This record gives sequence, C-alpha cells and structure tokens, in this order.
Amino acid sequence: MASVTKSAEILAEKPKELAALRAEITESRRKASELASEYYRRIERKNPQLNAFLSLTRERALAQAARIDALTARGDPLPLLAGIPFAIKDVLVMRGAASTAGSKILQGYRPPYDATVVTRLESAGAILLGKTNCDEFAMGSSNENSAYGPVRNPWDTERVPGGSSGGSAAAVAANLAVAALGTDTGGSIRQPASFCGVVGVMPTYGRVSRYGLIAFASSLDRIGPFAGNVRDAATVLSVIAGHDPCDATSLRAPVEDYAAASDQPAEGLRIGVPGEYFAEGLDDEVRAAVERGIAALRAAGCTVKPVHLPHTRYAVPTYYLIATAEASANLARFDGVRYGYRSPRSETLSAMYSHSRDEGFGAEVKRRILLGTYALSAGYYEAYYRKAQQVRRILADEFLRAFAQVDAIVTPTSPVPAFKLGEKTDDPLSMYLADIYTVTASLAGICGVSVPCGTTRAGLPVGMQVLATHLGESTAFRVARAVEAAGI
Amino acid sequence: MAEKVTVEDVERVAELARLKLAPDEVPRMSNDLNAILAYISELNELDTARVAPLEQVSELADFSSELRPDVLVPSLERAEVMREAPESDGSFFKVPKVIER
Repeated sequence: MASVTKSAEILAEKPKELAALRAEITESRRKASELASEYYRRIERKNPQLNAFLSLTRERALAQAARIDALTARGDPLPLLAGIPFAIKDVLVMRGAASTAGSKILQGYRPPYDATVVTRLESAGAILLGKTNCDEFAMGSSNENSAYGPVRNPWDTERVPGGSSGGSAAAVAANLAVAALGTDTGGSIRQPASFCGVVGVMPTYGRVSRYGLIAFASSLDRIGPFAGNVRDAATVLSVIAGHDPCDATSLRAPVEDYAAASDQPAEGLRIGVPGEYFAEGLDDEVRAAVERGIAALRAAGCTVKPVHLPHTRYAVPTYYLIATAEASANLARFDGVRYGYRSPRSETLSAMYSHSRDEGFGAEVKRRILLGTYALSAGYYEAYYRKAQQVRRILADEFLRAFAQVDAIVTPTSPVPAFKLGEKTDDPLSMYLADIYTVTASLAGICGVSVPCGTTRAGLPVGMQVLATHLGESTAFRVARAVEAAGI
Repeated sequence: MAEKVTVEDVERVAELARLKLAPDEVPRMSNDLNAILAYISELNELDTARVAPLEQVSELADFSSELRPDVLVPSLERAEVMREAPESDGSFFKVPKVIER
C-alpha cells in the first residue's frame, strides 16, 4: 500500500489568544513591533510550503506597530486590537497594496482606497501583515482556483485548506496571523475554517460593510473573521461590524459586545438539529464528531430537538443560479479600461474587451460568467434567475419558521473533512456539492459560526456549523463557546 | 428549462459576456454547462407560481436601512485613480479606436 503521507507535513500550530497577546503589549512585556517581526519570520519560514500569503504589507504593518509602541511608551490607553497581527483576504482592498482577488486580471493593481473593514481594524490597533491567497474572485471551495497556485492545508499539506478563503484559514491555523478576515458568499469562511480547525464567522447579511470588497455576488457576500477561538472571533466581529454610509445595505442596528455575549452560558438555549443535514453523503467520522458536539450541548444544559428544513436539497442549484447571475454582472467591470490587465491583442475596443477578459480570467470564473449570463439572457430569465429567487424565499422562510422554535441550529459545516488537492478539480459539479451545508444560510441572509468539533482518526479537523437568525450573532457565539469548551 | 446548451449557445453567451473563448474551450464549457443545468433543473419540481421572488434579504427582518443624503463629498484623487489605468493621458482613460461597434 502506498504511503499516503509520504510528502504530507503538519504545519499547524496552536493559534495565539488575542487577550493574552494584548496583555503582553499593554503591560510592556512585549513590543508590537517585535511581535510583528516574529510573525514575519514565521511567514518567511512556512509560507513557501503553504502559499497562504500572496503579498506582505510590511512597511505599513511596521509603521502601525511603531504607533502602538509609541502609545505604550507614553502610557496612553491602547485600543482593543492593539498590536494583534492580522491577515487580510486578497479580495479586500488596501490603499496602495497589491489586491489581486486571486486573479491574473488584477495582477499589479494597487487600489486607491481602503476597505471599511481595513480602516476599522487599523483604527482598533490591528497590525495588517499582508494579503492572503483565495480562489479567483472567491469562486471555489478548495483554493485551487487561485491564479497564484493553491494553498496547502497546515494539517496535511497534501490536502486543500478549503475555499475560497483558504489562505486566511491556513494563516490562522499555522499561526502566521492571530486572526484574519475572509469573505463568505456560499460557505467561503465557514468551510475553510472547518477544514483548517479554526473558528470562522459569517455575519448576518449587512452586519459588516462591504465597501472595498471586490464583489462576487452582492446579495450574498459577507465579510467575517477567522480566529483560533470563539471569543477572539467575537471580539473581531464587534470591531468590524456596524453601519457604514459607503454601503447602502449595511445595517443600522447597534453592534453588540459579542465577546461578552459569548461568555454567557448556553444553558437553556433551544438547539435544532435538521435531519436533512445528516443524510446520505455525510462522512461517518464527521457525523460522529458532530454528534459528540451535540451531546456536549445537551450536557451544557441546552434543549436539543429536531427541526425540519425539507427544501434544503434545492439550495445548491438555487445558489449557483443567483451567485453566477450576480457575478456575471459584477465582473463586467473588468474590461481592460480603468485598471487591471489589458491584452496586447487590442486592435479594436471590442477585441480589447474580449481578449483582456479571456486572458485575464481563469476557467472557473469563465464558467460562472457564462452560466450567469445564460441564466439572465433573453428567454431564460424567468425559468432560471426568477425561479431561483422564488426558491430563495422558500428556503429563507423555512429557516425563519425553524427559528420560531429554536434559538440556534447546528449541523456539520462540510459533509467531508479536507480532501486531497486535485481530487475534485475535473468535476465542477462535485466541487459545488462541497457547499451543500453552507449555501442555504447564505441565501437566507442569516448568520453562522463554524467551530472546531474534534478530528478524524487521520487527524483532520471537523467543524460544527452553528446557525442563528438575522442579527443572532450573540446566540451563535454562545453555542459555539459551549462546543469549544467541551474540548471534543 | 433543461434544454441542451449547444456549442452555438456557448458562443452566443460568450459574445454577450465579452469572452473570447479558445476553440477547444467551447465544447468543454458546453459539457460543463449541460451538467450543471441538468442538476439545476431539479428546481422544476417545485411549484413556485404563488411565491414572490426574494431579491434582497433585508426585507425579511425589517432592518432595511435608509438612503444617505444626496450631498457631494470628496471622492478619490484623480491622479491616484488614473495611475492604475492601462493607458491614460492623466485626465482620460485611453482605449483603442472604435470600429465596427
């Protein structure tokens, strides 16, 4: 039997805790600049194997660290994330820093502004180390669609980290950053969090401003944190959440202290378990791990009861129609005129558009643009796009009915643990089915957390997905904390 | 729904999307689209005649936000924006001459 682990390597490292690091900095036991340099050294050592970072923003990070050290030297109060090293998914723009979205079409692009989440993290004292690898325009579930090569899973370098925010998840899992930002359109934070054994949060649609996010599907896109534990992820969300005049869909509801909320015991919460998420196709070891997580919730004083989400199986086709239709419109802006790549074969305007786009986009992006354009084209709009929007309402209503009976719903985040590189790349449909447990919550606009919930016998992480209703983040964090505390 | 996507359909859609596909890409894309659309046709099992399309989830939880006042605010620096253009004279984006269309 061939050794399956011959070149596999474990590069995972227990992530650091935000509060402990911050205490070291506020008590002057450690300088923010030394901490940043330590992280850069670790990135230099591990990134060649992992390919988690696409570019580093060293100058900006060290300038920010120097500001924090100056505050400390003066004895001034430090902000919440003072000196904490972060990684930023490359679909989020930082002024003057390369922002590729994992695509060749944006190679060399230096955006003239900062995303709102970037501004908010830096205002809270965070050190932004660099930009992380991802599937091109966040389209993928394995990070293999990046134009800059795949990311490797720190738990087994022969396996994928998940996607599309694979670089951010891997960076936290390998302690190349204490926390990271990713984006989630159909599972792109939660699924890589589960594959890499870290916490990942998809906030409610509109909870976090999308200004400065290179758009994939605007009615679905969310920005959210990765961290090594639930409390840290909650802390980061409280910093990046809130209304922003630059994003008309951002919500005015007050931002809660999610970390404090996560300290509340889960006792008395009603937990729904949908049978549809434990059916055919679920890996036995994933099922067993998630069932241990459910037992832990019961032991923590939660009431566990079945809920029914009978239309779940229609979510993946609905998602792929809506997401590709919106993507086909959003990606029309990449035309070789204002920024990004322009083909040398640009004799006429029309040739410039089509050659720039053909040479600049990868195969999966083209496939989705074609599918989306087809679904929106004359004669097909009613049958495809409008139909999908109707089913979207059925799916959302189904969740809201369930949330009338329970406070949170728990499921596996992914039907399988991290798969091997190359295992699904030849079959787009099988890759789409990797999102089967995450896309429904995306369509409904509700929030969700993926929390580590044990490992398989081979040592691969398993994630439990905790879903809560619109603006129910505090509840999701409480439940996730209880699962985490059980130490499964 | 679930009609076969032909090679001609792919070429027509690629034209609409301003994508110049390589000749060998066209049949592959048509196969992929047919496989995906066959799966998507499962949605036909659902009677949605009386279901209103859900365009934005913000309507579900009554947390829609009002529009900001329509007032002028400083925008991006022109020089910083134009620097990113593949071709520019500093004030305008330059493109190849428009013939045919």
